[in-house]
Amino acid sequence: MRAAPKHQRLALVLLAMAALVGAALLAMWGLGDRAAYFRTPQDIAAGRADVGQPLRLGGMVQQGSIEKQPDGVSIRFVVTDGPASVPVQFRGITPDLFKEGSGVVAEGRLTPAGVFTADTILAKHDERYMPPQLGNQAAELATRQTLDR
Amino acid sequence: MHRFANPVRFLKIARPATAWLLGLGLVLTAAGVLGGLFVTPPDYLQGETVRILYIHVPTAWLGMGGWTGIAVASLATIVWRHPLASVAARAIAPVGATFAFLCLATGSIWGRPTWGTWWEWDGRLTSMLVLFFLYLGNIALAAAERERGPDGRIAAIFGLVGAVNLPIIHFSVQWWRTLHQGESIKLTGSSIAPELLWPLPLTLFGFSALFGAAVLMRMRTELAQTRIEARLRRMAAASAGRGASTGSGQAAAV
Repeated sequence: MRAAPKHQRLALVLLAMAALVGAALLAMWGLGDRAAYFRTPQDIAAGRADVGQPLRLGGMVQQGSIEKQPDGVSIRFVVTDGPASVPVQFRGITPDLFKEGSGVVAEGRLTPAGVFTADTILAKHDERYMPPQLGNQAAELATRQTLDR
Repeated sequence: MHRFANPVRFLKIARPATAWLLGLGLVLTAAGVLGGLFVTPPDYLQGETVRILYIHVPTAWLGMGGWTGIAVASLATIVWRHPLASVAARAIAPVGATFAFLCLATGSIWGRPTWGTWWEWDGRLTSMLVLFFLYLGNIALAAAERERGPDGRIAAIFGLVGAVNLPIIHFSVQWWRTLHQGESIKLTGSSIAPELLWPLPLTLFGFSALFGAAVLMRMRTELAQTRIEARLRRMAAASAGRGASTGSGQAAAV
């Protein structure tokens, strides 16, 4: 017995959608790491970043690492993701949310000396929202977990 | 669903439902916005900027929900040839596009003080912008196809293909490292503190009701337009018939 036309159309549409979704997933999987918005200090430690090429470095600003330079507009700090860390120098104005213990994305280049020279600093916010009275310690812990993912 | 294939039956329900959804939407949205602006505390890091989330998150969900609706309507158009499905898809598209645009605009306004940038090409922002462009493409295609007839099969194929972008938007923050933060609200719980969270369901359900009201209004408008077109065609045919007879009469008199 021949299937009703609407059942044929349903089967056809489902097959086409399965093929499309499969193709899209393959494409996204193929894109993989290249679609990442930033590199982590671990990537750089593993040599997965070229010296002198423009790249973004993301991680957490290490506690106690921000040093103002004598010229008054430059800072140095350390970006860490736990196992690895990279020293960063930057000349300019940082966003309000840039502070020690919170997420950061720096755009710039890696120098041969292993120092990252940033042209732009972006603060990375995480998915947690809470009133001011709750401490920052919980926040820091969770930011570290987000970066480890 | 085929009970509603008859537009008269659909209109009988749609007419009061539009008013109810509009009223409910306005009340819930007002409550959520007032709560979010004046009652909730500021965030520990972002300060007052956090309040934009009561607009941004519902518009993001509805921007994606709109295309989900288009995809379901497209399936009904192609498989069951449901006469109201293509009307629904055409009604949803501009509303969904508006919400997707609001999501992008509020996100950009939030990003400037929080991240330090209006726009970055990360996975989440880019895939959401693609959704907005898909809406624009769908609106243009559906409008062009409507000129030829009401069945809307070409736009329906576009609606199903475009739905592939929805999981990409959702999983972008998990698949790739992005500037945009991960999900705050999951099935397992929320990482937004309860005292900051409560206006969000109000604006979410409020915006959803307004979305539904706008879609029903647009569907009723298109059904009314179809009736007007049919009536005009009948009148034109009738007067053409009369015109032809009087014309020949005049010709005979001259």
